[in-house]
Amino acid sequence: MEILNAFFVSPFVDMAEYPVFFAEVVANGFLTGIMYSLVALGFVLIFKASETFNFAQGVMVLFAALTLVGLQERGVPTWLAIGITVGVMVLLAMAIEKVMLRPLVNQDPFILFMATIGLTFFLEGFGETLWGSNVKRLDVGIPERPLEVPLGGDFMLLNEFDLWAAGIGAVMVLGLALFFHRTTIGRALRAVADDHQAAMAVGISLRTIWVVVWSVSGVVALVAGIMWGAKSGVQFSLSLIALKALPVLILGGLTSVPGAIVGGLIIGIGEKIGEVYWGPLVGGAIENWFAYVLALIFLLFRPQGLFGERIIERV
Amino acid sequence: MKLKHIVTTGLSAAVVLTSLYAAQVAAQDEQFFPLLVYRTGPYAPNGIPAANGAVDYFKLINERDGGINGVKITWEECEFQYNTKQGVECYERLKNKGPTGATIVFPWSTGVTYQLIPKAAVDEIPLHSMGYGQTAAADGRVFKWAFNFPTTYWSQASALIRYVGAQEEGMENLAGKKIALVHHNSAYGKEPIPTLQVLSEKFGYDLTILAVDHPGQEQKATWLQIRRLKPDWIFMWGWGVMNQVAVKEAAAINFPMDHFIGVWWSGSEADVIPAGDAAIGYKAANFHGVGAGFAVHDDIVEHVYGGDAEAARANNLGEVLYNRGMTGSMFAVEAVRTAQAKYGNKSLTGAEARWGMENLDLTEERLAEIGLEGFTRPLKVSCEDHETMGPVFIQQWDGAKWNQVSEWIEPMRDVVRPMIEEAAAAFAAENNVTPRDCSMEG
Repeated sequence: MEILNAFFVSPFVDMAEYPVFFAEVVANGFLTGIMYSLVALGFVLIFKASETFNFAQGVMVLFAALTLVGLQERGVPTWLAIGITVGVMVLLAMAIEKVMLRPLVNQDPFILFMATIGLTFFLEGFGETLWGSNVKRLDVGIPERPLEVPLGGDFMLLNEFDLWAAGIGAVMVLGLALFFHRTTIGRALRAVADDHQAAMAVGISLRTIWVVVWSVSGVVALVAGIMWGAKSGVQFSLSLIALKALPVLILGGLTSVPGAIVGGLIIGIGEKIGEVYWGPLVGGAIENWFAYVLALIFLLFRPQGLFGERIIERV
Repeated sequence: MKLKHIVTTGLSAAVVLTSLYAAQVAAQDEQFFPLLVYRTGPYAPNGIPAANGAVDYFKLINERDGGINGVKITWEECEFQYNTKQGVECYERLKNKGPTGATIVFPWSTGVTYQLIPKAAVDEIPLHSMGYGQTAAADGRVFKWAFNFPTTYWSQASALIRYVGAQEEGMENLAGKKIALVHHNSAYGKEPIPTLQVLSEKFGYDLTILAVDHPGQEQKATWLQIRRLKPDWIFMWGWGVMNQVAVKEAAAINFPMDHFIGVWWSGSEADVIPAGDAAIGYKAANFHGVGAGFAVHDDIVEHVYGGDAEAARANNLGEVLYNRGMTGSMFAVEAVRTAQAKYGNKSLTGAEARWGMENLDLTEERLAEIGLEGFTRPLKVSCEDHETMGPVFIQQWDGAKWNQVSEWIEPMRDVVRPMIEEAAAAFAAENNVTPRDCSMEG
């Protein structure tokens, strides 16, 4: 009875008794969720255009951040370093299209997936060879002061950096939505996502689309790299942030930009609530696997994810 | 036919000459050390300086002294990425190399140490988990082949409590204080928990334990709990990226950094530099000197880097983990030297090196002779005590470098040693180990 009370009653009583703290947990989860969405977006973009799960997305985040901070360390001003890094990510996209994607065109998506595993290890090693393995401090000038937000006679403590990250993430998502829906190349990209063969038949260049998508994905990786790299320093483990995007993808679906956003928010908020209110009951450190449990529960009801395309196959 | 004959004769001659050369090389006295390193992977920022320090000290001994009493040191690195499985593979790959096999193995990982303790006993190779690994290995009667001097996590935990007691102006003032332990959710991170729990009962402080999963890139939930708890002191048993994120998160909730103390694996330059000014005031424990101001560092610059101080600094000279790697090699060299006094100046076997470890008596004078005066405390290993329960000190980050801010703090031997003996006895019972009678040891 005591156990049932601890698991099913006490956490909710706690939330009700301390609503401001609960709001702070939710707010922090929301802000973290946007950061997860940023990483998940990169996966979604590439999957939409090529039906390939890009295993290298995490390491692209690392590579972009390493390049940026490496340039900064050599005295390049931040704005110029960001510009050059964007250029590097576009060049990388072009190289990937030419060396990896073009020879594998029309191959099974699983082959492409395997190729991205190879790309992961190449970029990992190449990045470390180029920029070294030491932890690097990344500072792009975003303030990191703690902010006291008044609420119900008390206050929530939020980090200014997290608010900036959320804002930049929101702008990024809006920009991508406009790009996909309002530009010719965005529409072409959606056509390729729907049917490669049909898109090619009407004159859409698959190669151009792939370069564009991998470039955009590289830019998203750079933004994610800046945000996460500023929090933890730029180092190898930055690539592991991709693991945090997986439950977001399971939840939101691999083909949906809104899914990546909403999925990120649900996972971010869900894991924080889970860790704070239920974690202590089982020894803590549950947020990593709790996110997957949450995603799997959703999967039971919607196998294609929250916003993923419904899978219909004729037999 | 003639050509075939010439080729066959030439190849035969080459094989004979190579064999002769190899035999000659093998005949030279050398002492082989396998080096398990992690220069790549998520923990590379910690692994690189440690490996550089370890290697540079061996190079120094070869270059400056011509080896250990004329016996050249050889070594081979094996990259294991701080992965337990790969670490064990490295051990297996290197344990039989060199003229007499591995001299001493440094696992550089608590997980690897746990795996190697039973293997090393069978292979008769001493393990040195310097300030990490299985704490119970301090009882040499049960753990004949494992050493963890100069001190362990349990001793360190008790020293931290003693330090906090001093800061609170008396151990009696610990009653009612809140202490939180933020730990890496691994065998390593959980090591101090029993000691802190026992001491919590003894001194009456409230202990809250908060685990952080590998790699620790996202810890917001942990720090929300800390903000709510409002602890008086936080201890951190972290590793890798977990440390850097934790330091930033502590600053983000306005926690006073001088009340935040890390284990000696949470107190390197890599742990604080990414946090920038937020890390100023953060503290950590340590058991060896900080900086490059010791005579041994001058010798390294001169003999290993040919006087190029810039190149030495680029290889992490004087950084906390560089000094730690160097300390490990120094202990190994001194243990071999001790064993040579008994077995002669030749390539020693693992069993002979183990004797050297167990009879190591590193005095203040000897430390001064090898350029490490004041760097670490003298120690005397024995059959019963493979730890020596050495003291620790507290260092603090000032935004540019670590500074020693406390005297050497003695661990609580009266509390920790009985716990070690109890844990060792439990291990012995579980693994059918008959404890040695130390009065019979030579």
